[in-house]
Amino acid sequence: MSTEMTTTAPAPVHLGVGDRVRLWWDALPRQTQWVAGVVGVLLVALLPVLRPPVLTTVGTDFAGVLAQFGMYALLAIGLNVVVGQTGLLDLGYVGFYAIGAYTVGLMTSPSSPWNLTDDWLSREWGWLFAVPVAVAITALSGLLLGSPTLRLRGDYLAIVTLGFGEIVRLLADNLSTVTGGGRGLNQIAYPVVGQSAERPNGIFSAGNTGLPLNSGTWWFWLSLVLIVLVLVVVGNLERSRVGRAWVAIREDEDAAEIMGVPTFKFKLWAFLIGASIGGLSGALYAGQVQFVVPTTFNVINSMLFLCAVVLGGQGNKLGVILGAFAIVYLPNFFLGRTELFGIPIDGNEIANYRYLFFGLALMILMIFRPQGLFPARQKLLTYGREVYVIARRAAAAATGRRTPDTTGGAR
Amino acid sequence: MPLLELKDLTVSYGRIEAVRGISLTVDEGELVTLIGANGAGKTTTMRAISGVRPLARGSVHFDGKDIARVKAHERVLQGIVQAPEGRGVFPGMTVLENLEMGCYARTFPTKAAHDEVLEHVLELFPRLRERKDQLGGTLSGGEQQMVAIGRALMARPRLLLLDEPSMGLAPLVIQQIFRIISEINGEGTTILLVEQNAQQALSRSHRAYILETGEVVKTGPGTELLADPAVKQAYLGVA
Ligand SMILES: Nc1ncnc2c1ncn2[C@@H]1O[C@H](COP(=O)(O)OP(=O)(O)OP(=O)(O)O)[C@@H](O)[C@H]1O
Ligand SMILES: [Mg+2]
Repeated sequence: MSTEMTTTAPAPVHLGVGDRVRLWWDALPRQTQWVAGVVGVLLVALLPVLRPPVLTTVGTDFAGVLAQFGMYALLAIGLNVVVGQTGLLDLGYVGFYAIGAYTVGLMTSPSSPWNLTDDWLSREWGWLFAVPVAVAITALSGLLLGSPTLRLRGDYLAIVTLGFGEIVRLLADNLSTVTGGGRGLNQIAYPVVGQSAERPNGIFSAGNTGLPLNSGTWWFWLSLVLIVLVLVVVGNLERSRVGRAWVAIREDEDAAEIMGVPTFKFKLWAFLIGASIGGLSGALYAGQVQFVVPTTFNVINSMLFLCAVVLGGQGNKLGVILGAFAIVYLPNFFLGRTELFGIPIDGNEIANYRYLFFGLALMILMIFRPQGLFPARQKLLTYGREVYVIARRAAAAATGRRTPDTTGGAR
Repeated sequence: MPLLELKDLTVSYGRIEAVRGISLTVDEGELVTLIGANGAGKTTTMRAISGVRPLARGSVHFDGKDIARVKAHERVLQGIVQAPEGRGVFPGMTVLENLEMGCYARTFPTKAAHDEVLEHVLELFPRLRERKDQLGGTLSGGEQQMVAIGRALMARPRLLLLDEPSMGLAPLVIQQIFRIISEINGEGTTILLVEQNAQQALSRSHRAYILETGEVVKTGPGTELLADPAVKQAYLGVA
């Protein structure tokens, strides 16, 4: 056919760090992946117990920092589905976090008019009962926000979601008869388990301060379990037809529609899934802190979550978890420090200026590495890697020369 | 019964009527060309057929059924597949991934069937095979056009809509693209083609429609229009 078209060697594909790690990882046998995954999670889980001296924060409890990291990691994973996978710029994600937290608060705080725990629900089980309700309600709010707004594109969607985040906070602040206004809701329920003489309210109670297994450690472990579960669900979605539709929408929404992708439906799904994960994180937060106030859900937090996603590398689940870690850990690392490597510093001041530093870091990142620290591509083929085998074999036959195995047989 | 039938189709952008009551048919197995000056409404007509643009008036029948209310992505399921003007290649996906998006909606019953069609597409465009792992956004214009056509073929269209496949290509490549279009049509795929390259398009198509400011002004067999003095003057640059 096209013999007049000169055959040129394809340009070498440049691989980023994330891609290389993924290539290496995908080439490992399935059992090795599982073992490595379990060992990795266990090592991370041991952090609050081992308290490695280089990592441990001095100004604030290390386990508490890790618990907060767990919640932010969930938020980053959820937001990554919306922003990183589907390419919908959501600037109001904190709204879902707030709805999740306030749902638990409204259902279990004695200062809420809708408190159920002095009624038929016990204090012990109140939190556990409220979590799925909170997830369902945030999913519903995602649906309500998404149905009208997901017909908008790009900047318009960003502005509308920004407004949504602000509206949620303003409602929490102003519906004082229900939400307690600026005073917030206190004594929110938490799971009461593992009671003992030293820990009369159980291991998850904020009153459990006995090191190393204080309440922060337990909340961190709980969030780790949830992170693994969410990663399994989201990972499977990404590898399915849903994930291919999301990436197609991110790449070119019109072309996706022309390829037969029901774009609106899948955008709504991304929104709904992102929202429920945000709600789950909020429910976790409410249980840990046992107290919610509107100021926690300031719009600036949306930017912080987005920062975690962009920093980690949009579209890479593990990357955004590292992004979340950086966002939570770095300010806390400086807190209470008076010197670093022998240089006297005012750590508290540095922590106070964290938005300045994150802003600078983002600017530098956008100039030198706009794809984030750990970008990674997914494979998007109907029949996975097998397709490459036939394409390669036929190519070698057609051009009469051996084509180098650039994919490593393991994309 | 024609495979595609437009009756009195009117499409507007706000208050501007870009397409004003055109009627057109495409029979099963035909290669039909739509020719017209810039802004005549060719792309708009294509977009109305693929469902991206709503109709203001008139009707679109596909396979005898009124599809005016069928959404764009559902029309793909029925077999109306478009290679859009400007190509619409997914920039961050590799060539192979782009091709695979073609069969997203119209999936294959078995992997063997899938491999066969993919193999056929890669045979039509050997260049794509060489560049299967290259990102769509880094392809040359001609290569992107091949991806757009190949991707549409992966859906095994019943009606293939090609909007200016020769746009921006070198003469040699244009020749090649047209030959492939004839070949695809020869294999039984019905094609509605929009072209500026009237000489090539008319000589290869069964029938053609000439569009001027949103209206059909002339229609007939391709070779007949090619010989028409008025057409020659307006579209072939012959005085
Ligand atoms: N989104 C839009 N909004 C307003 N007017 C539009 C829009 N798209 C097209 N038009 C107008 O509709 C008319 C027909 O446009 P169309 O794209 O169908 O032309 P065409 O025949 O495909 O031209 P070309 O050969 O340049 O591709 C033009 O006058 C154009 O300006
Ligand atoms: Mg056009």
